[in-house]
Amino acid sequence: MAAEQKFTPQTWPESPEQATLEGKNKFLGFWFFLGGETVLFASLFATYLALKDSVPSDTHAKAADLFELPLVFLMTMLLLTSSLTSVFAMYHMKNYNFKKMQQWLFITVALGLAFLGCEIYEFNHYYHEYEHKFTSSAFGSAFYTLVGFHGGHVVFGLSWIIALMIRNAKRGLDLYNAPKFYLASLYWHFIDVVWVFIFTVVYLMGMVG
Amino acid sequence: MANLQPNSGDPKVTYEYRRKKHAEEMRMQVITFTMMIFFTVIAFAAVGAGFSKWFIVPFVLLLAIVQVIFQLYYFMHMSHKGHAEAQLFMYSGVLVGFLTVLTFVTIIWW
Repeated sequence: MAAEQKFTPQTWPESPEQATLEGKNKFLGFWFFLGGETVLFASLFATYLALKDSVPSDTHAKAADLFELPLVFLMTMLLLTSSLTSVFAMYHMKNYNFKKMQQWLFITVALGLAFLGCEIYEFNHYYHEYEHKFTSSAFGSAFYTLVGFHGGHVVFGLSWIIALMIRNAKRGLDLYNAPKFYLASLYWHFIDVVWVFIFTVVYLMGMVG
Repeated sequence: MANLQPNSGDPKVTYEYRRKKHAEEMRMQVITFTMMIFFTVIAFAAVGAGFSKWFIVPFVLLLAIVQVIFQLYYFMHMSHKGHAEAQLFMYSGVLVGFLTVLTFVTIIWW
């Protein structure tokens, strides 16, 4: 079965992301990568927890002074919903419905961009209103490294999904690109997994001191 | 190819069965999503209501862990067959990550 073979919804295999050897290898390799990403983010969380509220003087804002729940709640809803829309996209991928998959991926990207916009606003707000900067304190460095690294993952995930959508726009689904779409969606879910801990550990726990 | 799921028997029946299975799974995903939204709202509400720190911290952490389990096992399909390696990798990562966090919050005191 060649990777470029044309399919119909009837002949499309049950697990298209793992129907070829290449797909199987990618699947395995990607989960290994996600295991490594877990360790990476855990070390950033550990650093943040160790340095939280470590500021040189009382004039510097601490976590409880900075964070505002409504914005964080909005960001959480945006990212959580985008996680569901990418599940919808993979549902249509498994049903060999390329057009609907692209539509749901488009919505996922739109929600991701909205999240990113909120984060840029948030960082800008901290910087100008509270003088909370990367170099202003150990707390600032740890905060921007952790949350910014997550934001960087969002940027990369969005670029990845957009690249896949454009590159395969006229090609349609086959066993060559099905694993690519599947892994991009796994990556997107992982970004949401990290965000769940960020909104809990950084923002919610930050609010209660 | 041997590792393909067999489209055995009547292909039309298999196809309809698969479509139905996918639709059922999708319903599960929406339920999962609803629960995740629910947990998120509770976590934010607990902080907004101003409960004691000693209640909020373990409570929101527990909700986060449940949410992440939902995300991994349903959204990322870790509950499906053929995810043994994925589980090994993720749990190894979680173990190392947990030890890292534990170390940093206990031996750094300044």
